[in-house]
Amino acid sequence: MPTVIMPKMGDGMDEGTLLRWLKEVGQDVTEGEPIAEIETDKVSIEIEATEGGVFTKMLVGEGDTVPVGTPIATIGEEAATGAADEATSAEPAAAEAAPADAEAATTTNGREPAKREEAAVARAAPAEATQSAAAPVSQPPTADDAKSEQQEGAAPAAGSGERLRASPLVKRLAAEHGIDLQGVAGSGPGGRIVKDDISHLLTGASPAAAAPAAEPAAEAPADAAPTRPAAAPAAGSTRPPGTPRELSRIRRSTGRRMAESKRNAPHFYVTSEVDMAPAAAFREQVNSQVTDDASKVSFNDLIVKACALALRDFPNLNTSYEDDRLIDHPSIDINVAVAIEGGLIAPFIPNADEKSLGTIARMAKDLIGRARNGGLTPEEFQGGTLTVSNLGMYDVEEFIGVINPPQAAILAVGSIKETPVVANGKIVVGQRMNITLSADHRVSDGAEVARCLQAIKHFLENPMLLALS
Amino acid sequence: MPVMTYREALRTAMADEMERDESVLMLGEDIGVYGGTHIITDGLLERFGPKRVIDTPIAEGGFTGAAIGMAMCGLRPIVEMMTWNFSFQAADQIIQNAAKLRYFSGGQTSVPMVIRGPNGGGVQLSAQHTHSLEGFYGHFPGLKVVSPVTPADAKGMMLTAIRDPDPVIFLEAGALYGTKGDVPEGDETVPFGKARVAREGTDVTLIAYGRQVNLLLRVADHLAENEKVEAEVIDLRSIRPFDADAIVESVRKTHRAVVVQEQWRWFSVASEVAAIIQEQAFDDLDAPVERVSGAEVPAPYARNLETAAFPSEEQIVSAVRRALYREG
Repeated sequence: MPTVIMPKMGDGMDEGTLLRWLKEVGQDVTEGEPIAEIETDKVSIEIEATEGGVFTKMLVGEGDTVPVGTPIATIGEEAATGAADEATSAEPAAAEAAPADAEAATTTNGREPAKREEAAVARAAPAEATQSAAAPVSQPPTADDAKSEQQEGAAPAAGSGERLRASPLVKRLAAEHGIDLQGVAGSGPGGRIVKDDISHLLTGASPAAAAPAAEPAAEAPADAAPTRPAAAPAAGSTRPPGTPRELSRIRRSTGRRMAESKRNAPHFYVTSEVDMAPAAAFREQVNSQVTDDASKVSFNDLIVKACALALRDFPNLNTSYEDDRLIDHPSIDINVAVAIEGGLIAPFIPNADEKSLGTIARMAKDLIGRARNGGLTPEEFQGGTLTVSNLGMYDVEEFIGVINPPQAAILAVGSIKETPVVANGKIVVGQRMNITLSADHRVSDGAEVARCLQAIKHFLENPMLLALS
Repeated sequence: MPVMTYREALRTAMADEMERDESVLMLGEDIGVYGGTHIITDGLLERFGPKRVIDTPIAEGGFTGAAIGMAMCGLRPIVEMMTWNFSFQAADQIIQNAAKLRYFSGGQTSVPMVIRGPNGGGVQLSAQHTHSLEGFYGHFPGLKVVSPVTPADAKGMMLTAIRDPDPVIFLEAGALYGTKGDVPEGDETVPFGKARVAREGTDVTLIAYGRQVNLLLRVADHLAENEKVEAEVIDLRSIRPFDADAIVESVRKTHRAVVVQEQWRWFSVASEVAAIIQEQAFDDLDAPVERVSGAEVPAPYARNLETAAFPSEEQIVSAVRRALYREG
């Protein structure tokens, strides 16, 4: 009977959350039909049946987070829909523990699974057990392994047939900081994960200090039962305790990546003022002759193109720093940071230097729109070689960005301001914009980054070049 | 603060207590006329007279038993073992009587006595005269066991030992009698059951007592200079009662521990320390607790072999490197 597994939707994905089932047990499904919606670090995606048949069983409940490769559902032939399947599938939550236990039952050779109920689940699903044990992605762990890994809050990952080895300290820190130890390479004897192996994942702040800023308790809904005890007030404080608020996946993911960037990449910053009057005139001229709204060019589209063209002359900044080496990227792909509900995502425009302004405008609108609707695919935001972060619409003088790892730099764009400037001996109204490049000092130095910034500025102040190149 | 030798610190403590409390007296082989084999009691016979500084026959079982009787009757005897190796002759008195009389009598009597002398090796006295007995005596409920390393602690712990209501096994580091250090004047006691942080550090906790503490301090300097490792050195001082809190607190900070002792590994103080760490600081350990102990052979006489049989700087550095995963 075919098993549907939690798919890997990109290199960075270790686990996924089942948001909701789109099919009910007993319904027919055809190959390619969506059966469930899952959420990864960044996006929500529908997953499709790989074969047609009858949707026989849900192996995880809605809201559950499971590692990549974990069986989440089974699809059977019509005749295979037996009473046993229905009995267990009626309670998806109870079936949550089934995969590991079912695997255990096939491999323990007479050893009793830990709990009778689990054994019952395993017996109720013999076919699935065989299927998953035979699947190449999951070496069956033993009953003990499954238990210990559940205690750590980390179910077995695909390909892991051995007990997770980690020092007691590492296990405690992992639990406190919500670190998934699967996939962490252990440098100790026998692959034991030791503190040094995870220290880069620790924020440095103690878990208590890292708790979200306290909100006055009075503002919390009276019936909101916190899943964890409210943070204790500071000793001697008469103020009411704060209400802990769980971080969304995207918040956690953003936080982890930004902390990693600030920790590992020595940032430095170079700022310049750009005369945006020519760009404004150019944009007005172009847009007045474009009839479809999708092709209308934004200032950001001009900046994306300017960055892409500048990077042609500064290939050293179109790189990633990885393991004491620089990776030269063959194409120039510019990410656009988009604020979305609860976080940040940066889809990219591939080969932006080779694309016309109209193409860039259409692609950017599409990507930004879908980013806000949660409709991006991982291929659209995992990658990119330089990021543009634009807060121009929020009336900011200037700001500095945190590099989007493993990229070498990020451009932070402030608002275009009307300001008095001297031209030909007279004070006139100019349009000026501050841009700041944050760069990784492991990759480059101030002089090169300043010259790259000047190149971006040159393209923006001579916008015809954006159309020509 | 006056500087004195470990030897002078012990003598000062005992003489001060004999001045202060006339129930304090001492007995042992050659402690009077000869001034003590290790010159600890030199001059005390002249000061306090033969009734309070008693030269005994070579009969440890006899004079230890006599001292136990004195203690039961209200005196506070200090018994010198010429070396702790000879205490085997008196082990029956120490273990069967001194350790148990308070318990047997339901608290009606106690045995306030100190048994002291040099413990451990390092001075080429060969197998029968080279034992480290802290694990052995530390095993028995009813005995208190201490092992100071600094002259200050030698004095302060001797004052505490003489005033203690129970038998105290006072293990002196024979190789340290000539070492000098600052010793506070006056009635500065050092409590039992309190370890001393001999050096603060963040990366690994090194634990010992007696003369191994000095070895650890040398190792810690070496580690700081050559390995960029800041080791914390804990001097247990008191084997029973035992300061588990100090060790646990340090391991919570460093996440690694290396326990060093001259005595043999099996059923030893280091075994107990390692067990306490895993019981009370399990979730703070990043590596197994390392032990460095004496070689599992009777102590050799030959200088080179004796040196090889005791923990060395190289062995301890190697254990630290293992605890830091820098060496397999």
